[in-house]
Amino acid sequence: MSYEQSPGAWNPAQLDATFAALADPTRRAILARLATGEASVMELAAPFEMSQPAISKHLKVLERAGLISRGRDAQRRPCRLEAQPLAEANRYLERYRQFWEASFAQLDALLAELQAKPNEP
Amino acid sequence: MIVAGTLEVTTPSDRELQMTRVFNAPRSLVFDALTKPELLRRWFGGPPGWSLTTCELEPKVGGKYRYAWAQDNGTAMGLEGVFLEFTPPEKMVATEKFDESWYPGEAVTTTTLAEVNGKTTLTLTVRYESKEALDAVLATPATEGVASGYDKLDEFLATLV
Repeated sequence: MSYEQSPGAWNPAQLDATFAALADPTRRAILARLATGEASVMELAAPFEMSQPAISKHLKVLERAGLISRGRDAQRRPCRLEAQPLAEANRYLERYRQFWEASFAQLDALLAELQAKPNEP
Repeated sequence: MIVAGTLEVTTPSDRELQMTRVFNAPRSLVFDALTKPELLRRWFGGPPGWSLTTCELEPKVGGKYRYAWAQDNGTAMGLEGVFLEFTPPEKMVATEKFDESWYPGEAVTTTTLAEVNGKTTLTLTVRYESKEALDAVLATPATEGVASGYDKLDEFLATLV
């Protein structure tokens, strides 16, 4: 099986990591904050009643999932949102949604037809 | 005039997919449309170019169901299962397995219908045996050379506009 493990390729483990990373309200809040611009660990920790080490644990999960990247600046190590994994995960949910949306649109038409009153002669 | 509802798709847990959709009809009618082959054939045929070639269903606990689709070019897809619960017009629970299964194990689908003021909310929850199974459902390979069932679903979905 030729399956390229390039950054753009998808595999179940990658999706697993993405969804696991998203399954936590603190991590989702961190991603929401980073969507408005990069931030340091201190800045990210500020809104939560959480220590920096605790926030760092969350950042590690997000980083392993490819959802954020950390800058190299020794002093600051700013965190940046990497949107592509999120866009990819969303794309596949979209496809599932499209199949059902097309089917349900046809069901709408059928239900309308079944409820239409017959014309009086 | 019927206004089509918005389909919501979410993943409430790491092994579940859930869809909700509102229909402009009482739930007894929606339940019929979901479970009577003569009605299913009129909306569950897939996108243009596809048709439902098999549509069988035994409407009872322990009853079996089977759907199969075929594309004009011969590509086929099949899905079957058994009802674990069957309570018209409000609920049914069934196992689900595709012929060419690209996910491990069986999934369990729960369909509930709730009616308010003549409108029905359908909630369909698909629970996979493991999060790996849900990942497999959601993942798509970047290159060829994977399970053919996977390719088929991918082609099928890609034909949707």
